[in-house]
Amino acid sequence: MSKKSGMTRRQFITTSALAGGGLLLACHVPFGNRYASAAADSSFAPNAFLRIGSDESVTVIVNKSEMGQGVYTSLPMLVAEELCCDWEKVTFVPSPVATEYNHAQFGPMMVTGGSTSVRSEWERLSLAGAAAREMLIAAAADEWQADPAACRAEKGVIHGPGGKMLTFGKLAAKAARLTVPKQPKLKSGSKTLLGKPLHRLDSPAKINGTALFSIDVTAPGMLTAVIARPPVFGGKVKNLDASKALAVPGVKQVVAVDAGVAVVADGFWPALKGREQLQIVWNEGEGGTVSTAAMAKEYARLAATPGLVARRDGDASAVLEKSKKRIMAEYELPYLAHATMEPLNCFVDLKKDSCLIRTGSQNQTADRNAAARVAGLKPEQVTLETTFLGGGFGRRACPSSDFVVEAVQVARKTGSPVKVIRTREDDMRAGYYRPMWFDRITACLDGQGLPLAWHHRIVGQSIIAGTPFESGMVKEGIDATSVEGAADTPYAIPNLQVELHSPRNAVPVLWWRSVGHSHTAFVMESFLDELAHTAGKDPYQYRRALLTRYPRHLKVLETAAQKSGWGSPLAKGQGRGIALHESFGSFVAQVAEVSLDAKGQLKVQRVVCVIDCGRIVNPDTVKAQMESGIVFGLSAALYGAITLKNGRVEQGNFHDYPLLRLAAMPLVEVHIIESSEPPGGVGEPGVPPIAPAVANALFAATGVRVRSLPLTPDKLKAALRDKT
Amino acid sequence: MIVFHVNGQERRVDANPETPLLWVLRDNLGLNGSKFGCGEGLCGACTVQIDGTPQRSCITPVGDVQGKQVVTIEGIAADHAVKQAWLAQEVSQCGYCQPGQIMSAVALLEKKPAPTDSDIDAAMSGNLCRCGTYGRIRQAIHAASKKNRVKGGSKS
Repeated sequence: MSKKSGMTRRQFITTSALAGGGLLLACHVPFGNRYASAAADSSFAPNAFLRIGSDESVTVIVNKSEMGQGVYTSLPMLVAEELCCDWEKVTFVPSPVATEYNHAQFGPMMVTGGSTSVRSEWERLSLAGAAAREMLIAAAADEWQADPAACRAEKGVIHGPGGKMLTFGKLAAKAARLTVPKQPKLKSGSKTLLGKPLHRLDSPAKINGTALFSIDVTAPGMLTAVIARPPVFGGKVKNLDASKALAVPGVKQVVAVDAGVAVVADGFWPALKGREQLQIVWNEGEGGTVSTAAMAKEYARLAATPGLVARRDGDASAVLEKSKKRIMAEYELPYLAHATMEPLNCFVDLKKDSCLIRTGSQNQTADRNAAARVAGLKPEQVTLETTFLGGGFGRRACPSSDFVVEAVQVARKTGSPVKVIRTREDDMRAGYYRPMWFDRITACLDGQGLPLAWHHRIVGQSIIAGTPFESGMVKEGIDATSVEGAADTPYAIPNLQVELHSPRNAVPVLWWRSVGHSHTAFVMESFLDELAHTAGKDPYQYRRALLTRYPRHLKVLETAAQKSGWGSPLAKGQGRGIALHESFGSFVAQVAEVSLDAKGQLKVQRVVCVIDCGRIVNPDTVKAQMESGIVFGLSAALYGAITLKNGRVEQGNFHDYPLLRLAAMPLVEVHIIESSEPPGGVGEPGVPPIAPAVANALFAATGVRVRSLPLTPDKLKAALRDKT
Repeated sequence: MIVFHVNGQERRVDANPETPLLWVLRDNLGLNGSKFGCGEGLCGACTVQIDGTPQRSCITPVGDVQGKQVVTIEGIAADHAVKQAWLAQEVSQCGYCQPGQIMSAVALLEKKPAPTDSDIDAAMSGNLCRCGTYGRIRQAIHAASKKNRVKGGSKS
């Protein structure tokens, strides 16, 4: 079992040095000289993703952060499929930060996000495996003086004419001296690994307590710090008295950083006790005036005024003007916290001319560069090692590198290695959030009851404005992530207008698992359901009628209806709702079955989920990611809301920012559409449809339409009361 | 000096007795398997067994475990039915909450070798999982229970 678990970097270097003479496909291997010298020749190869040891080990170097989505298995599977190695010999190591490991599509940075890991690496890693296989075959053929075409690779062995056999390990040193093929040929024929539900390589470490998360990093002489942060965004220290904090046993230092005041101690607990003793007077500035209640009013006001046009087909305004019957609805969605189970934290060992960062980053290049900037070093003097991430959901890909910057600022003043840990309350109150949204849609129907005109205004902060991504992702004032899933709707609507307002305020916002789709799917799929009911049509058939040009959408929709028994009777008080959404190159339909009790407690009993994500690496991972997306989306739909009053975030921990618990877990069935289409994402596309599926099911069960999230008991009780 | 047993070994710790057991395990004893998630006993990531009962170590003062037996994830054998079931059902995603989940599941099965779904609801709902592995956790507990009973049956 142990050989299946991920090695630490140091174990890996040691192993590499011991297993000298291996085949290393790398033009530049940034692990240090010991590693590079282990290879017979490290200057010839075109990629840095694979190493074959003379001990038969196959190590895949993974440039994506593992935060639950299984990249430490799916990416090695891509390499191993083409390499034709023995899967039992495959291990993984996280890659360092280097240009070779930059995202294949997102530009010059190493980053994990956008449900792109498999999609963006499929080709590159397949070719890496294929190139190595061809070199091993060439080495064997040379050894035997045989025709390479008469040799083949299978399960870690090259087979030649006359039953000759040589293992990869025995061939590694020789293969390492060969030229890397420029255009390796991918295998033809059936797959041996892809499409099979292989067990995850990182599971053993994750169940025995040895998986190293950022919070587990230690070093000799390491100190631990917590930071007292201003009660409002943008607040600054006006007056500080640290004397009582410094008197707490174990507290070593109190230092000012941009984020607030750090208490540095010889452990977490003394640091926390020290922080409780700080006496700080804050200058709150404008931040103290922010409230989400006031923002909601302002957003509603903005929604009544024209915004920037993100999509315009036909003339929705003119058609609506002439229409006798208009249907209007307004939807509201709150700020949401990522609430990763591992609170944000970062380890820094800063020396005069070097800096080691060990943390759970999704955005290594940006975090490394930010660390260098703060430390006054060059980026190449900073080493960033990616640990396991105790959840990511976008939070650890923060363009401001906030949790790394604050840790390096603390490290500049400690002179010892230091780990800065956020408490749950720090994590929840210091930002960043999924933006709050307000949407207004007005529509009218044609003679068949189908939408004739649809006018949609969206109000909410841009997550991209002010980040380095602005020039690429904000066009003519429109942040593509604010309107994704709405402005590009596949539904056939002849007169469609989508407008956007992007108000600015002090609340820090960021992508949150499924980004814009977490908002737009709820609005689009809820309103479509309302139109279907207004027209007296079945919501499933209504969607079908609007998607005749979209076979992949139709297929997941129809499969979800069929697998869920759409239209079959349910027990009294229960309802069924359907929703469909395309995101990150994948198509997902979900049917939820719910019931509501007299206390307003909504119970989601069953969810049928159908995904078409194109070609698949590991079907069990796809299934797990759908289950995961559904739970993530349900936590938001049922409970999630970050609110601010007098600039203060009103939630702090899991009692007032609840997450779904096991007893509330519905039965989830996942069905995967077999497909030869290009691969789509799976980490995020399971999230968007669940909230509208549940809200639509609630309507089917009760006749109550709730247009704001979360679906709290108080809100549902009030809605039921209003109905009667 | 606080003296207690961790995974069968006697440990002596010079710590403020108010320090939560979690931070003594992590910062003093180097046992990092038990995780910090909330600091308020709300998420279960820090779950350990104290004298056979699952407890949230983040809100248990170390002074309270004087003379007691503490078992952490590191003290659960690799071939334990629960760990094996966790692997077979491929429960883990990010994995951060799983040590706590496993400690709650082990305690449940020790108390109720054949738990019903509602027993599982009651025993496991104090353990949050942001990745949403609940369905697999339920299956894994049933599978571990079945395996235990088959093994127990063959012995008798």
